[in-house]
Amino acid sequence: MSTDDKKTDGAENEGRRDFLMIATGAAGAVAVGGLAWPFVASMAPNAKVRAAGQPVTIDVSAVEPGQAITVNWRSAPFFVRRLTEEEQQAAAALTADDMKAYEPVDDRLGGAEGAGEWTVVSASCTHLGCIPSQVEGDGEGWNCPCHGSVFDVAGRILRGPAATNLPLPPYVFASETSLIIGTEEA
Amino acid sequence: MSAPSSDPNRSTLEHHGHYEPTTGVGKWVDERLPLPRLVYDSFVAYPVPRNLNYFYTFGGILMLMLVCQILTGVFLAMHYVASVDYAFNSVEAIMRDVNYGWLIRYIHMNGASFFFLAVFIHMARGLYYGSYKAPREILWMLGVVILLLMMATAFMGYVLPWGQMSFWGAKVITGFFSAFPVIGVGLQEWLLGGYNVGQDTLNRFYSLHYLLPFMIAGVVILHVWALHVTGQTNPTGVEVKSKQDTLPFTPYATIKDAFALVVFFVVFAYFIFYLPNYLGHPDNYIPADPLKTPAHIVPEWYFLPFYAILRAITFDIGPIDSKLGGVLAMFASIIVLFFLPWLDTSKVRSTNYRPMYKVFFWIFVVNAVFLGWLGSRPAEGIYTPLTQISTFYYFAHFLIVLPILGLVETPKARPQSITEAVLGSAKASGGATATPVGATAAPEKKG
Repeated sequence: MSTDDKKTDGAENEGRRDFLMIATGAAGAVAVGGLAWPFVASMAPNAKVRAAGQPVTIDVSAVEPGQAITVNWRSAPFFVRRLTEEEQQAAAALTADDMKAYEPVDDRLGGAEGAGEWTVVSASCTHLGCIPSQVEGDGEGWNCPCHGSVFDVAGRILRGPAATNLPLPPYVFASETSLIIGTEEA
Repeated sequence: MSAPSSDPNRSTLEHHGHYEPTTGVGKWVDERLPLPRLVYDSFVAYPVPRNLNYFYTFGGILMLMLVCQILTGVFLAMHYVASVDYAFNSVEAIMRDVNYGWLIRYIHMNGASFFFLAVFIHMARGLYYGSYKAPREILWMLGVVILLLMMATAFMGYVLPWGQMSFWGAKVITGFFSAFPVIGVGLQEWLLGGYNVGQDTLNRFYSLHYLLPFMIAGVVILHVWALHVTGQTNPTGVEVKSKQDTLPFTPYATIKDAFALVVFFVVFAYFIFYLPNYLGHPDNYIPADPLKTPAHIVPEWYFLPFYAILRAITFDIGPIDSKLGGVLAMFASIIVLFFLPWLDTSKVRSTNYRPMYKVFFWIFVVNAVFLGWLGSRPAEGIYTPLTQISTFYYFAHFLIVLPILGLVETPKARPQSITEAVLGSAKASGGATATPVGATAAPEKKG
């Protein structure tokens, strides 16, 4: 401190006090924010939940064309359906006029080496989260028992209250018989 | 007698009598922590308008409902296990094995419904008698905060038994947070503590369900504090102007509140003992199954109007898709209440003196009940357009009807004072205590 401090009048001192107030307040805000962060972060999915949410590998060798299985990833169900030739053709024949949120069938199907005979989609109806039942024929693939939404074999919404297609999880076929859900890289 | 306030909006709250400690101990305490004095001033000598009707007893009823829910909840927590494996069974153990567990749980379960029943009547009273108008804006807004806290508490409490409706209700409601762009999915996972409703969700809901009622109690103290600063409204909407307009809280309001409370609790008890599951859903007696959805997911009855508003938005609004639009509309239906004191442009408090608003008030009430009924219907067919019309009207009431009505409506002449309304003008003006100056101005002309 210099002797000038004693000579300064009130106004200058006020400026210094304002600066001290703001500096103290800012430091306090940073401290409170820093202290709050661990508590906020503690509510996010914990290490065990994240570990259990790692990609899962599913053996699909037993699934014949026309069959579907329901698998779990991140405690949510997913449909894995192997389409017959007819079903693939029926899905390809549908146009934007037949559905609410058109996506080309090539974007919806997958398989090893680019073969598009598998549908891997979320099993939660995009309306209110019910689990649709599998149906066959007329290009229809799933019918939601709750509010009547109808999806095609590629999980695209045809009619009913749901507005969007069944979402695709990240997935990849490591081989003809091995499906990995949770990542797009084998 | 103190001089009447120069501002006619201010009530002259002159207390009936003063606290005088009679014993040595009483004096000793009063000089150190005047808590008995506070209680005496707030609940004994406190002046209440002499014309309060039974709709004004619901504040007291609500206080007791809160105590009732906290007490039964504390005892339930002694037996409940917040685990996805044991939650359902522990609730069944409360029902079958714990001594009087069935009674405590049925009180708590139905208590939630009766808490909301009382709060809706309390709010309708406020809407009818203009209780939200100056100088009671903060009082009203604190009430809206309490409503929001109650809704959060009730929603999380419903998840705890871990039945089918618990699980799927939680899934649907938390699913709406994923509607927010960019941060939505992350926000939802943060709220759930996982990728789906699960153990971490149940645990934190239990923690918060225990915490929030005490926060409600804190806001209730502020609510009552604000009430005791401005004084109560009354069915005339004319402020208290002199001591003869009021009566001491005890015995007059105490007895009236107590009588209403007993009647309310008789109905409450009828539900507890004879219709304990009438207001619930049978599906919640099926353990939660993440792979099987109940055929028809509906919330508890007190959330139905808001659930209907949520589902009314089936179309995109500009860049906002229908899902996000529904979530925003649902939140907006409560948030709009915060702005009510400024949306209502009429200076007249009581609907008794507002002939046009009286009609719109009842339309609003009928529409709100209709919305609730629509919320219980499936979201399909004719119900969807009806829900949209009803939702539109809900918002139109606040955003169009109230602002315009205050400007075009001619209110009826109001009484000069509460005493005049109760006893007639001759007695009021002939009273020896003299009518204060503020009361002689024509209240229907006051700015």
